[in-house]
Formats: sequence, structure tokens, C-alpha cells
Amino acid sequence: MSGDPTLERVAQGDGLALRAAGSWTAPFAAVLERIVADAEKLKGSRPDIFIDASQVSRLDTFGAWLIERLRRSLTVGDAEAKIAGLSANYASLVDEVRRVKAAPADVSPPLTITGMLDQIGRSVAGFGATIVQLVDMLGAVLAAAGRVIIRPTTFRFASTVHHLEQVAWRAVPIVGLITFLIGCIISQQGLFHFRRFGADIFVVDMLGVLVLREIGVLLVAIMVAGRSGSAYTAELGSMKMREEIDALRTMGFDPIEVLVLPRLLALIIALPILAFLGAMAALYGGGLVAWLYGGVEPEAFLLRLRDAISIDHFIVGMVKAPVMAAVIGIVACVEGLAVEGSAESLGQHTTSSVVKGIFFVIVMDGVFAIFFASIGM
Amino acid sequence: MAPDISDAIIRVRDITVQFGATRVLDGLNLDVKRGEILGFVGPSGAGKSVLTRTIIGLVPKVAGQIEVFGIDLDRADARARRGVERRWGILFQQGALFSSLTVRQNIQFPVREYLHLSQRLLDEIVVAKLGMVGLRPEVADRYPSELSGGMIKRVALARALALDPELVFLDEPTSGLDPIGAGDFDELVRTLQRTLGLTVFMVTHDLDSLYTACDRIAVLGNGKIIAAGSMADMQASEHPWLRAYFHGKRARAVMS
Repeated sequence: MSGDPTLERVAQGDGLALRAAGSWTAPFAAVLERIVADAEKLKGSRPDIFIDASQVSRLDTFGAWLIERLRRSLTVGDAEAKIAGLSANYASLVDEVRRVKAAPADVSPPLTITGMLDQIGRSVAGFGATIVQLVDMLGAVLAAAGRVIIRPTTFRFASTVHHLEQVAWRAVPIVGLITFLIGCIISQQGLFHFRRFGADIFVVDMLGVLVLREIGVLLVAIMVAGRSGSAYTAELGSMKMREEIDALRTMGFDPIEVLVLPRLLALIIALPILAFLGAMAALYGGGLVAWLYGGVEPEAFLLRLRDAISIDHFIVGMVKAPVMAAVIGIVACVEGLAVEGSAESLGQHTTSSVVKGIFFVIVMDGVFAIFFASIGM
Repeated sequence: MAPDISDAIIRVRDITVQFGATRVLDGLNLDVKRGEILGFVGPSGAGKSVLTRTIIGLVPKVAGQIEVFGIDLDRADARARRGVERRWGILFQQGALFSSLTVRQNIQFPVREYLHLSQRLLDEIVVAKLGMVGLRPEVADRYPSELSGGMIKRVALARALALDPELVFLDEPTSGLDPIGAGDFDELVRTLQRTLGLTVFMVTHDLDSLYTACDRIAVLGNGKIIAAGSMADMQASEHPWLRAYFHGKRARAVMS
């Protein structure tokens, strides 16, 4: 009953019948489109052209639309081309597509030099907007913290502990492992190069200062931005998408107080702990390599370490940790709350949460370096 | 083309579906005949959506057999499965539109995958499908997040119908539509069924839809089909849930 679709030209008296036959259905749509485009050229060539659909064995919306399209293009002025021989069922389908107006054009902006410059301009202006958003969020968080301090019963203790478990306790293995390995690598590389000058033992100085002042906290902050910052953005973003945040607001809760404050607090508590553990793991790894690879006995390592570093180095590292945590947390929450309806938007904001988080962590580290240098620590 | 009524397009035999210790479907049998509109009802949580998802293949079953278009979906190879998937359309309860694509791209997505058509025809088809579900062409360039709940339903139906399938699964199609919209929707489903010979498997709670659109009604309870038949059969049934459902206050309002 189904066959390849055809459109035959049959002369009937004065007029011309375009006799459609076969399956005018979706699988044949590409063929049909060519057939119809061919027949459209007949427009105006004969006064009386009509479409005979009596031989059509199957018709669906694709076929019905193409018949309708043909009818429209054969219509000259007010003399509407006719469609004959449609069975009642198919006629109602053709009537259905008859209401279709010409398709609106798909508008996609052309790629131009000005367009690209426009993009660059918008990105630069966007950076300024980012700073404003971060400061805005910082203010909102401080205000929420103030309210909680005045009425401590409103503090979300359970939520904070839950997030603390997620960002601190569950991060310990991976943070420990990575910093341990980094410690090993620093120690090995140091030994390898210092050995040429017979300065093996100075590797302990380098390891101690580097790990406690910079690497420990910086590396852990970057890991936390990637691990927990992205999670915060994705959580808040999908809550935003499903109107959960709007629901909270209508119930009289402040989303900053309920969602952002516990997360931020958990991160501020977690990062110093993780930075401390990371620094210890890195020192341990470095010491192990110094012993096994460089022949520095553990007693000698510890003795040297005690001389090389002071409590200042440790304090410099630890002071940075909560500030970096706050930056990561605020960036993550701003990005999460900026998510709009689509999955793509969620992906973009999660990416930019991590990218911006790491960027600001490094900028903060630079600011701290200048600050500590000028106060002589 | 008269639809062959005796022919079962979906044949479900003894299927059992279990989530942990809870048995949701327990040896369920169901036939959906070619060309009919089957309304599928049952109390909330009885497993209506689970059955739909099991037939489509989204939920694994413990036992039983499902044939769609005469093809056993467990034994079918990937090619045969793709063939079946091209011939059915599914309207999910929440619409399940791709949120990063516009309405136009959503509807064109399955068409592009299977047919190689000119952009002009693709755009015209989008307008035609939108018109069929009662939406204006201007909607085409909006994103799903910019649509109302009812519009999402309609666009999702337009996408389900994009390839002119022979079989459509509708999961609560009229929920969230205003009564006039829901009435139009029922009318649309009937028109499509008449013109395209469409078979419709409709999970619904809408008594109006059951009265006006459905040829046959199947009722799910305790993991089995407790009754299947015409509206008159349902009203004559003595089963307590059926009596409550079809003779309740709302049912009387619809019938009168």
C-alpha cells in the first residue's frame, strides 16, 4: 500500500492536474521536497492547475504541508489553486496545516569585527560587574551574619556541620594524597639540583619555607575551589533552576542566611584545617624522599627544619587560609545564584565559579605576599 | 486507510517491576490496539508512570515480555530498537525539553537526526507543529525557561509529534493546562488519531479527557490491570476504587 511518492502531470481538458500518489510521509520528505520544488516552477504557466490527491496512499503532516506549500505557490493572485480528491481524514489534516503562516526567519547574528570587539568590551565590563557582585554578596553575608549573631537560635547548625563534613572530612584523603606527592616532588627536585653544589641539606629549608608559606595553603585552596566551590555552584544553581530559592524566599526565609551562610562558614573552618593537614603531609612526603633518595636522616631533617623555619612562616600560611576560603565561597555562591533556566547556564556558571575562584585565590596570595613583605614577616 | 483494530501495537505480558523490596508492577498484562486512544488511570503512586517508562525501556523489569510494533524489545538489536524509537513519540510529564535549545531547535532535533531536509522545510515544519498544538510561530525562538507550564506541555507534544510517529505516549498531557486548553488538547489528539492513524497511550487523571478523547480505559491497581474497557464498562464496574473514581462528585459534574 505504500510506495515511493510521485507527482504526475496529467492534462485534463484545459487544465493541468498534478496527480500526487504513493506515500507522502516523513521518511520520503527529502524526495518530496525536490518533487514539490520542481512542480512549483509551473506557477503561472497554465491558467488552471490543480492538485489531485486522490491517489495518495499515506499522508502525514510533512506530506500535507508540502501539498499545501505547492498549493500556495501555484496560487496566482486571487485564483486559488485547488486540491481535489482528498479523503475526509486527509482533508482535515491539510486544513490543519493550512493555518501555518510563513515561517519566521531564523535570525543568527553575523560574525563581524565590530561584533568581536563588542564581545571583548562586554567581557571587560563584565569583570567590573563581577567585582560589584562579589562585594554585594560579601555585604549580604555580613548582614546575615549580623542578624544571626543577634538571634543565635536562627543559626543553621545542622546544615553547617553537614557542609563541614562534605568539604572538610571527605576532602582529607585527596588533599592529603596530593600534598604528600607534591612534597615528595619538591624534595626530589631540590635534592637533584642542590646536589651539584653540595648543598643537599638546604632542601630542608626550601621545603619548609615553601610548603608552610605558600604551596600548602595555595594548593589546598585551589583544590577546594575545584572540589567544593564547583559543588556549591551546582547545588545552588540547580535549586535556582527549580525555583527552590524562590520558594524559600516566599516562606519568609532569607536564602543568604539559610543557604549561603552555612556553606561559607563550613568552608572558612575547613580550609585552615585542610591547609594544615596538607602542609604536614607535604613535609612528611618531602622528608621521606630526603631520607630515601637524598640520604638525609630523619633526625637531621627535623633538626635542620627547626633551624630553617620560624613560627612566622606557619602563621603567614595559616592567616591566608580563611580569607581564601571566604573568597572561594563567595564566588561560588554568587555564581550559583546567577544560574538561569538552562542546563547550559548551569555548566557555564560552574566553570566560571572554579576559574574565578582560582584566579582570586592567586590574586589574594599576591596581595598577602606584598603585605607580609612590607611588615617584615 | 482504516486502522486494523484487532492488531495489538503494544503487547505487555506478565511484567514485574521492583524497586528494592517494593513490587510496583506484579505480572501485569496489557494490549494496546492499533489506532486506539487508551486512557490509563489509577491512584497516585500505583505505577502508571512506571509502566510507561518500562514499556519505553527506561525502567528495567524483573520478568515479563514487551512487544511494540510486534518487536520484542529485549531481543531486538540496536538497529531494530532505533527503528522502533523512530516510530514512537513520548511526552514526558515535566516536558523534558532540552533547556539549552530554543523551541525551534527542540522540535527540529529528532527531525534532523533522521531526515535530511532543507532548513526552509525544517522551519516550516516547526511552525506547522506549533500551530497544531495551538502555539504561535513567535514562540519558536524562545528558550524553555521563558515558557509557561502549559506552553512547555504543548512544545513537548510538538516535539513528540515531530516525526509523525505511529504511537505516542502521553504522561499526564492535560495536567497544568487550563480547561479550554485541555479541551483543545483532547480535540487535537482525536484529530491526529483520525488523520494519522495514531495510537495513543495516555496516562491521565483528567476525567474530561477520558470522556471525550479515549476509546478505551485501563485501570491500574495493586500492580495489575484491574479493569479495561469502554467508559460504559467502567461506570458499570462494582470495584470500589472505580466506583469512587467514576461516580465521585467531579465525575458527575463532567457527565452532566
